[in-house]
Amino acid sequence: MARTSDATRPDTESEPEPPRRRARRGERQAAAETGVWYPRWYWPSFSLPGVVVLAFLFVLPAYVVISVAFGTTDFERFGRAVPYYAPWWWSFDTFNQTLSQFWGPDAIYQDALIRTFAFVFSASAICLVLGYSVAYFTARKTTKYKGLVLILLISPLWISYLMRIYAWQGLLDTGGPINVLLGPFGFRETDLLSGLPVTVILGLVYGYIPFMILPIYASLDRIQENLLEAGRDLGASGRQTFWRVTLPMSRPAILTGLVIVTLPMFGDYYTNDLLGSTRTQMFGNLIAVQNELSGGKTRTASLVIILSVIVLVPMLYYLRETRRASERA
Amino acid sequence: MSVGLEAAATTTPARGYFKNPWRKPRVLQGVTIGYLLWSLLPVVIAVIFSFNNGRSRIVWQGFSLRWWTADPFDSILHDPIMQAAIVQTYKLAILVVLITVPIGTLFAIAVDRWHGRPARGANFVMLLSFVVPEIILGTSLFILFTTLLTVVNLGTPAQTLGLAVFQVSYPAVIVRARLLTIGPEYEEAAMDLGATPNQSIRRILLPLISPAILASVALVFADVVDNFVTVNALSGPASSETIAQKIYSASRASPTPEINAAATVMLITTLTIVGVGLLLYRRLNRGQRSSGASDLMQL
Repeated sequence: MARTSDATRPDTESEPEPPRRRARRGERQAAAETGVWYPRWYWPSFSLPGVVVLAFLFVLPAYVVISVAFGTTDFERFGRAVPYYAPWWWSFDTFNQTLSQFWGPDAIYQDALIRTFAFVFSASAICLVLGYSVAYFTARKTTKYKGLVLILLISPLWISYLMRIYAWQGLLDTGGPINVLLGPFGFRETDLLSGLPVTVILGLVYGYIPFMILPIYASLDRIQENLLEAGRDLGASGRQTFWRVTLPMSRPAILTGLVIVTLPMFGDYYTNDLLGSTRTQMFGNLIAVQNELSGGKTRTASLVIILSVIVLVPMLYYLRETRRASERA
Repeated sequence: MSVGLEAAATTTPARGYFKNPWRKPRVLQGVTIGYLLWSLLPVVIAVIFSFNNGRSRIVWQGFSLRWWTADPFDSILHDPIMQAAIVQTYKLAILVVLITVPIGTLFAIAVDRWHGRPARGANFVMLLSFVVPEIILGTSLFILFTTLLTVVNLGTPAQTLGLAVFQVSYPAVIVRARLLTIGPEYEEAAMDLGATPNQSIRRILLPLISPAILASVALVFADVVDNFVTVNALSGPASSETIAQKIYSASRASPTPEINAAATVMLITTLTIVGVGLLLYRRLNRGQRSSGASDLMQL
């Protein structure tokens, strides 16, 4: 009987035999010889507070969101959300209705959805090209000022995102410095904050590009010089060496960088709130706006689920890559 | 022969530059310098305008400390609303550091030493909380605290718990990375010499991972000070609003340089924390060869 209850314990290793009692005596024996013996619960108990936090504040909210999205709204009592916690009661009315508004005849969210993908795609493409150039230069071409350049590259991470976007908002304001700079090109009077896609895209690039530069820099910095020299010795031109040695070797970092910048971009709403207008609303804005409406919780939860599904693939890719990296280490 | 030489000599300087395989990388250099200016100048300008004498944050009207100390109502020294925001920001940062760093460190030790499926599962969930977009987590927690766990009030309690789950993965990831490089040998040696497991953890492992713990403290503190999404999603009464929220709401109305000053306070806080953290980190790490920049990457 003791064995069956042991088998269900979470910390049981995947070695079923030999029988329990003898194994434990063996362990004790080993402990007597080396002085090292941990009770079975020893290491698992360390993770207990963390597991409790994750269970109550990460797994539970996910379930509550599902229950709210698949529940109903009590319109008679101020539109209070009525969650259905039992899966056999789930009703998909609100969720299906929300989903149908992304595609089809009454698709009020369609523009925001397409815009989100377009903005995220362009912004991460610019991040990649600009970020790669900067990382490449810093890793391969600087010698004297490398430390300083690195500090300057990292410092935006320690400046609040909101402050950085706020700073741009001032510069882009009507009659501000950017208007003056672009004056000769006919943008003297243009309201740059009136919902121009280019403003929001550049805002996203500005906000997230440090996250792209750092992993690429780290991978380029690790490439050994003699690999590149070998390429040159074997007759490749500088350009060929880049395309056939450097770039393939930095490919994992590029993918990591792309995932790190796109994930927060998909959930971003404050960049658009500060630099754009309703004409440049993104998916994050839909959630933020919906969340402020009273009685919109069922729908908010539905939107959260849809966004989670959209970002699921890059998220899982990133997790797989980090696991691989830690196995290599 | 001589014709060829002449031709080479008469090519324009620009073409000669691109043909030279040992040319200096001027284009990339220009891009990098341009990028650095682009990324930092707006912030510098915003800081400078906190000393503006007028109400504008784009037209310079002379230097003054009006928005810092001089104005009896609208300077951050005298504005009670802004002071409450600053206090709330630091309060949350300290609370979250106190909660997440011990929990995350213990979790990292557990996951590093306890092999098996449950450990891997717990670690997977931890990493998932690390990468999930903040708006998803923040909104989910808002729904949680307003439907099921209504005992947790919006405002400081909800903000603290929300930030805690969002930040606990930082110490977990950083300490874990450090543990991977240490290995179990030192502890085993200590226990061979008669230490109990608890003693070996306290006297051997903790000193060894202290740089990573320190890095987590700096990182979590700075990140909470800068946080907006989670704090905003879970804020209750106006007194629970942080500096980041003040920047956000003011920027959608008509911001004065007072907001620039508040943002500067936030900036100085995070840079100081990270700077002090870096110095201490290098001190704890002395004896190990490494450069300042790579330490910064570690942070």
